Amino acid sequence: MTVDRRAFFKLAGLAVAAVELPVLGAARAHVDPPEEQPLKGRRWAMVVDLAACHRYPGCTRCMDACRREHNVPSIPDRKHEVKWIWEDSFGHAFPAQGSPYLDSELAGKPVLLLCNHCDNPPCVRVCPTQATWKREDGVVMMDWHRCIGCRYCIAACPYGSRSFNWVDPRPYIKTLNPDFPTRTKGVVEKCNLCEERLAEGRIPACVEACPAGALHFGDLADPESPVRQLLESRFAVRRKPGLGTQPQVYYLV
Amino acid sequence: MYDAGKILAGLVIFLLLVTTPVWWSFAMGAEVRAPKLVLPEGRRACVLPTGEMKATHMELLNRWRDLAVRHGDRVMTTWDGRKVRRSLTQSCLGCHTDKDKFCDRCHDYVAVTPYCWDCHVAPRGGAS
Repeated sequence: MTVDRRAFFKLAGLAVAAVELPVLGAARAHVDPPEEQPLKGRRWAMVVDLAACHRYPGCTRCMDACRREHNVPSIPDRKHEVKWIWEDSFGHAFPAQGSPYLDSELAGKPVLLLCNHCDNPPCVRVCPTQATWKREDGVVMMDWHRCIGCRYCIAACPYGSRSFNWVDPRPYIKTLNPDFPTRTKGVVEKCNLCEERLAEGRIPACVEACPAGALHFGDLADPESPVRQLLESRFAVRRKPGLGTQPQVYYLV
Repeated sequence: MYDAGKILAGLVIFLLLVTTPVWWSFAMGAEVRAPKLVLPEGRRACVLPTGEMKATHMELLNRWRDLAVRHGDRVMTTWDGRKVRRSLTQSCLGCHTDKDKFCDRCHDYVAVTPYCWDCHVAPRGGAS
């Protein structure tokens, strides 16, 4: 029997298919393809409703959720503390707006603080390695692989949103979340607006955890978005707006 | 050649000393075995063919790192058409569940200490 060139290739192709196809099919059957759709936005922002937040005095659920989600260490020495979302007094959060006769709704009550994910972020301008940069959707990101720990960004941020790991943070993390990295000594860190959750189609952990509905997350570029509606219907302030950083965390007062 | 005897003797001693690691291990009967890795059961293929993974997994991981973190491009299509998340802890360690018996055995053998684990958490096996 003679086999010409064309017949030979056909046979060879069939033989390979017969061997490979079932195996490839089996390999596929094992895999769980990531199906979730990422949340897409053009200008992510947060709106904090202070009055709603104050209805739950002593509540720390947003901060706890963030710690769990991102392996944020709880270091007792305040000189070494690492902050992603934290609280401080109104006078410290809004130094220009404070007065000795502050509204009793605000006096002595905490204000939630986090990275403002500025439109014009000074931390990004000063970073020598582009370890921090602003994404298209407004998230001020960090690449901890690239951070050299120079702390220029800490000096540049007018909101104290960035923390340096002066010590190895691992021993200070109560429960490790294996899906998110810890940081290492010598690296700067801050709130990442839960970009890893956005990629999986989930809203930030603090927003999800808030029992008061005081935290609102959404796309300011979308006129229909709830955050946009809130800002259009109620008076909101931002921290240190005069610095021109265009912070994107808004406080309803 | 002056002092040929001394020079040659010196050379022999020098060579013996330099090659100590080689003849010593032969003399002591030491045997070097390639590391035995525990492979995930019931899975045929990694995200690249095995040979490529052996040779270039570190470059692949660097690429994954940049694509996922810096470009938000988190899903990869493998050589055999599967979709896999670009994640060391979720994808790699999702199959290779025991870091000690997979990553560490080779890395110890070739004496490299990648610093992935300074930050990334090995979920099971290998607390470091």
